[in-house]
Amino acid sequence: MDEKLKAELSKQGIFTTSLQELYNWGRKSSIWPLNFGLACCAIEMIATTMARYDLARFGAEVFRPSPRQADLMIVAGTVTKKMAPQVVRLYNQMPEPKYVISMGACAISGGPFKQGYNVLKGIDRFIPVDVYIPGCPPRPEALIDAFLMLQKKIDEQQLTGKDRPRHLTAGEASEFIVPLFGAHDLEPTQNPAVWRPPLVQISKAGTDGSGND
Amino acid sequence: MDLETIKSTLEANVPDCRLEVIVNPSPSGQHSLLVDAEHAFAVASFLRSSAGFNYCSNVTGIDWPAKELSEKVKVKKIVDGVETEIDEVSKTMIPGCLEVVYHLFSMSEKIGPLPLRMRTQDRAEGVHLPSLTPVWRSAELQEREVFDLFGVVFDGHPDLRRLLMWDEFEDHPMRRDYVNPDDYEYEPTAHDDVLQRANQHRSTVGER
Amino acid sequence: MSVTAYPTTPPILEPAADGSETQLLEISMGPQHPSTHGVFRMNVVLDGERVVKLKPVFGYLHRNHEKIAENETYLGSMPYTDRLDYICSITNNWAYALAVEKLAGIQVPERAEYLRVITGELTRLQNHASLIGFLLQDMGSSGTPLMYAFRERENILDLFEALTGSRMMCNYMRFGGCRVDTPAGWLEQAQKVVTEFPRFLDEYENLLVGNEILMERTQGIGVLSPELAIDSAISGPMARASGVNYDIRKVDNYSIYSRFSFRVPLGSHGDVYDRYMIRFLEMRESVKILNEAMRDIPAGPIVDPKMRIRGFRPKPGEAYGRIESPKGELGFYLISDGSTNPYRYRVRPPSLINLTVLEDLCLGVNVADVVAILGSIDIVLGEVDR
Repeated sequence: MDEKLKAELSKQGIFTTSLQELYNWGRKSSIWPLNFGLACCAIEMIATTMARYDLARFGAEVFRPSPRQADLMIVAGTVTKKMAPQVVRLYNQMPEPKYVISMGACAISGGPFKQGYNVLKGIDRFIPVDVYIPGCPPRPEALIDAFLMLQKKIDEQQLTGKDRPRHLTAGEASEFIVPLFGAHDLEPTQNPAVWRPPLVQISKAGTDGSGND
Repeated sequence: MDLETIKSTLEANVPDCRLEVIVNPSPSGQHSLLVDAEHAFAVASFLRSSAGFNYCSNVTGIDWPAKELSEKVKVKKIVDGVETEIDEVSKTMIPGCLEVVYHLFSMSEKIGPLPLRMRTQDRAEGVHLPSLTPVWRSAELQEREVFDLFGVVFDGHPDLRRLLMWDEFEDHPMRRDYVNPDDYEYEPTAHDDVLQRANQHRSTVGER
Repeated sequence: MSVTAYPTTPPILEPAADGSETQLLEISMGPQHPSTHGVFRMNVVLDGERVVKLKPVFGYLHRNHEKIAENETYLGSMPYTDRLDYICSITNNWAYALAVEKLAGIQVPERAEYLRVITGELTRLQNHASLIGFLLQDMGSSGTPLMYAFRERENILDLFEALTGSRMMCNYMRFGGCRVDTPAGWLEQAQKVVTEFPRFLDEYENLLVGNEILMERTQGIGVLSPELAIDSAISGPMARASGVNYDIRKVDNYSIYSRFSFRVPLGSHGDVYDRYMIRFLEMRESVKILNEAMRDIPAGPIVDPKMRIRGFRPKPGEAYGRIESPKGELGFYLISDGSTNPYRYRVRPPSLINLTVLEDLCLGVNVADVVAILGSIDIVLGEVDR
């Protein structure tokens, strides 16, 4: 429908919509997160749902203990190598459409614990992530911001055409490799179908080409 | 009750035990008692039952790799018929060991900590020490942790499994010579040693 | 794409002792479970509803704190201690600072000691408040109690934020003092929060302490005998609920605790109800300490002027320093070899050691009570696994 006409009609008090808009509006207004905290960030996640920050305003206060009932996984905290298989398994158990917020420095990259032998350097090595929020831990406002970003993303999703999301394409993966415990490390250490090392010249890290470090 | 009194009481009550007071030069003044592995259990039982140390707060391991100690020693030598003093570097190898420390307190006397130490023979084969879990239950999980992270085998522990790492894991990561697994695919950092590992990863695994 | 098969655990089939046909069921509670307070896992074997075996599994949050600290400078580890027991960052800072001060023989000025006591006791208030909220949430009183507790916690976090710049990860202590002095009006604000805090306690007690369901669920459940508590080095409120009179604030007299008049509440049954009630009583004592400390706090420097932050190298030696953290005895064991990094850095985690007796407490109870028992122990996984 023509956007101009739609705007014109709404001025006259006539509300028009499309199935896609209604569908996305319904989905974005009732995101049910998985009741799943890993570390420090989980406490801020709980604080976000409490009286002062009141996540319920955005339709996302119904934390479900079962992955089968959840739409959104908030990876809140450090993902250790011992925990990584369970995180992927929980993600696999969630029904489509499903979304992931990577909350805090640890879930993004390992954060302050990056150089630990048992710390996974970012959950995006194994599962696709929709919204990253930095911080150690991020404030509740930052988590609410991530929610709003996710709502915007859901609102803009096309249900048809080649830009449609992964879960609407038959044959696309909705389950991902669960790593196994190896003798020295996880096997595999990353899922190449999900994550590739970003193309930066590591040897020049720390310099901007100006000659100054 | 000072450490020398405890030592002499123990020597009188546990026959043949070899005890040594390790002096701690720091201002904390917490001197510790080194006990040989064979008599450790008897010494611990005596400390618990008769000396009042009923609260074993902390158990931990320490890794001491073998190291070379070089000292300058003045040696008298006859050079060209004249006796002169010459500095010579004498090198001695200190063999490595794993050490386990128990911090004991007495709840009734309100004294402590008394650090009780045990040492293994080496860091490869002779890593066996007696478990003190039958004496102080609090050592149960902590000895499992020392077994996991340092590789000290506690004989007589009721349930000696890895505590923190998974069961299939083979290394002992808290040892000083442990090398991190090679997951240095992407290191947006300027830390020299991390950067070196990242470049090393690239040269072995290659660009993908 | 190939997906790894999920491992399946077959149920154990064993005839019961009396010959009747029963089926033992092995279930894995955790690491993702709404009431394990993080990523804790228990392998529970059930006979009907009754627990016959329970093995805790640790390590799902093992983030190598000790290894990282051995490659960091002494001060560089301070922010990491915040993330040990992430609900009470300030007491973690304090225990570490105390251990380093013992190791290097550093004195702490008067005002800094008072600031430490004030922030430390505020930490105890917000830890205990959230604990009772979580415990009631776990037992099915979903919503209101936790909301009330977090309402109070937010007031205290506001104070922390005004003082240190961060709500949770305060990074407040330095060797020989504190990092920053109070901003203008902070003490008055803190006094207001502390004065209003007993109202919350009264409200909470009216709400639930005499509640019949609560008493039914908690009294006589998970009884810990004082002998077992001492043997297993159980510390903190959990030991005191069993009647073990051991509070490190009184025993070691560290910092300036000898100046305040406060009592050590003791329980007599050692069950979940006593562990729950002892937190209320401790909060009331903490309020007393806070009132006295804020009345008496002197002016002066907040850090030892002789203390150099850069190039801090303690002389070779070792030290074990401990404090009464809200969870129990939090100790740090440091070995210095004279360099800028500690040679060995060990955290004595009260949460982990208090879990030694988990199986003893849970044997024979219903599986729903396991949740209450675990909640009453008060663990934080960042400290259990480090």
